Amino acid sequence: MFKDVTLGQYYQADSVIHRLDPRVKLAGTFLYMISLFVFNNIFCYIVSAILLLAVIILCKIPIGYMLKGMRAVIFIMVFAVVFNVLFTEGEIIWQFWIFHVSLKGIKMALLMVIRLSLLIISASIMTLTTTPNRLTDGLEMMFRPLKIFKVPVHEFAMMMSIALRFIPILSEEADKIVKAQTARGAKFDSKKLTDRVKSLIPLIVPLFISAFRRAADLALAMEARGYHGGDGRTKFYPLTYAARDYISYTVLLMYIGAIVALGITFSRLTAFLLQFFANTNFGNVLSWLF
Amino acid sequence: MPITADHLTYIYGGNKNLITTAVDDISVTIDDGQFIGLIGHTGSGKTTFLQLLSGLIKPESGTVLIDGEDIFARKFDLHSIRGKVGIVFQYPEHQLFEETVFKDVCYGPKNMGLEKEEIERRAKEALSLVGISEEVYTQSPFELSGGQKRRVAIAGVLSMNPKIMILDEPTAGLDPAGRKEILGLVEKLCREQKMTIILVSHSMDDVAEYADRILVINDGKLALDATPREVFNHKEELESYGLSLPQVTKAMVRLKESGIPVNTDAITVDEALTEILKVLKK
Repeated sequence: MFKDVTLGQYYQADSVIHRLDPRVKLAGTFLYMISLFVFNNIFCYIVSAILLLAVIILCKIPIGYMLKGMRAVIFIMVFAVVFNVLFTEGEIIWQFWIFHVSLKGIKMALLMVIRLSLLIISASIMTLTTTPNRLTDGLEMMFRPLKIFKVPVHEFAMMMSIALRFIPILSEEADKIVKAQTARGAKFDSKKLTDRVKSLIPLIVPLFISAFRRAADLALAMEARGYHGGDGRTKFYPLTYAARDYISYTVLLMYIGAIVALGITFSRLTAFLLQFFANTNFGNVLSWLF
Repeated sequence: MPITADHLTYIYGGNKNLITTAVDDISVTIDDGQFIGLIGHTGSGKTTFLQLLSGLIKPESGTVLIDGEDIFARKFDLHSIRGKVGIVFQYPEHQLFEETVFKDVCYGPKNMGLEKEEIERRAKEALSLVGISEEVYTQSPFELSGGQKRRVAIAGVLSMNPKIMILDEPTAGLDPAGRKEILGLVEKLCREQKMTIILVSHSMDDVAEYADRILVINDGKLALDATPREVFNHKEELESYGLSLPQVTKAMVRLKESGIPVNTDAITVDEALTEILKVLKK
């Protein structure tokens, strides 16, 4: 029951995207996500989708595997769609009690689904193609300037990589404890909520104890191997930019430029077109689209 | 209450490229009161097999019959076998959670919905069986020594009064005295309480000494099923499974190779002793 945790999972493959510097991927994902929220028109989304599609093809991860990770957010999407469709004010085409469906609502829901899918796929590509270690290395390098303000960047990065490393260990441990307590008659899969809540304590207490034990062991092992924090610590694989990283940055800048240009021109263009075709059928379609 | 595995198969891994058949078409019947030793190298599928037998995971195909009843049938209430089949996992002390030793041992019977007096009677019985004295009852299980914790955890399973007791390497990580204590207890359960025992062990000496029958699992398949003496006659086969002979049997083989005409089928120290004395007297 705990084996389906896909958070931060890495998918081993040999691709350009896998080899990219983690800093490029972090910056890229961050800027890409922002770009999805800046403009709200279909053409910008098409450009974003094309870029994402190119990355998907380049990263050599089976589409099916990638979509499997999205199952968890389908609930949120359905929720967003239902609320947008039922509660958006606008030209009403069907209504019932407090619910009203409008064209504007349908459009909002549609855009929401596109936006969320792009968002989640882009984030999952980053974690799927980057090992947690490289990810934290990248974060550490990017936030290194904050050290001037006494922010313990290295320590945060170390904590994050340990936390990520412990997810599979603890989920395995939880699985074992669930089985042991089930054998002693605990009802984890009972339909009654009270049974399930009651069976949580026999799971959580041993899990916490084992987490503390593992943490103490790990701390001891790290100290025994000479770990003393980030000062003066060098890397076995230092991050260095290669040609592909500079190319990726260029592509990223071009993408941002394209989105901004498209966004601005199309908002002007549609404003002009709307004025021109006002009160015609074509104008109505346009005003729905944009 | 015989327990039967009928063409049991279990497959790990949803990812199509990473499928491993952990248990591959195992059929075996274990009768009442038998002491079964289950051996196999790490990753051979022993633990998965045990979890299937106790109904904790569902097989890909095949089934388990307890008392002739299919426990994976749709109508069957799996909760009802919890009191019949007890399973002690590796490092069972990791499942302790209550404030006191006594409360923890009561957890199993309480889940079975028994009366308060009956729960306490069973807990006391189980704790005295494993040799935990009354002054320990009110202590926190986390304050005990490793061996004591292990015994309390075993008592937590015993208090459910199972007919079949499955133990997955109950002696792992214990010192020689602790090992002997646990194995002595397991033998007592089998001989005096007439429980069916299935004991997984990596120590050939232990299974040779205690088991009536040995099942050897290799790559998820049941490779050998015979008495200890017969199993340890298959030296080459065992070695190809990554297993070995008991220490004494190895010693006897060496003796024979160096020209002393001993019979090499001794599997316990006592047997070896009589055999060597017999040869020396000649």
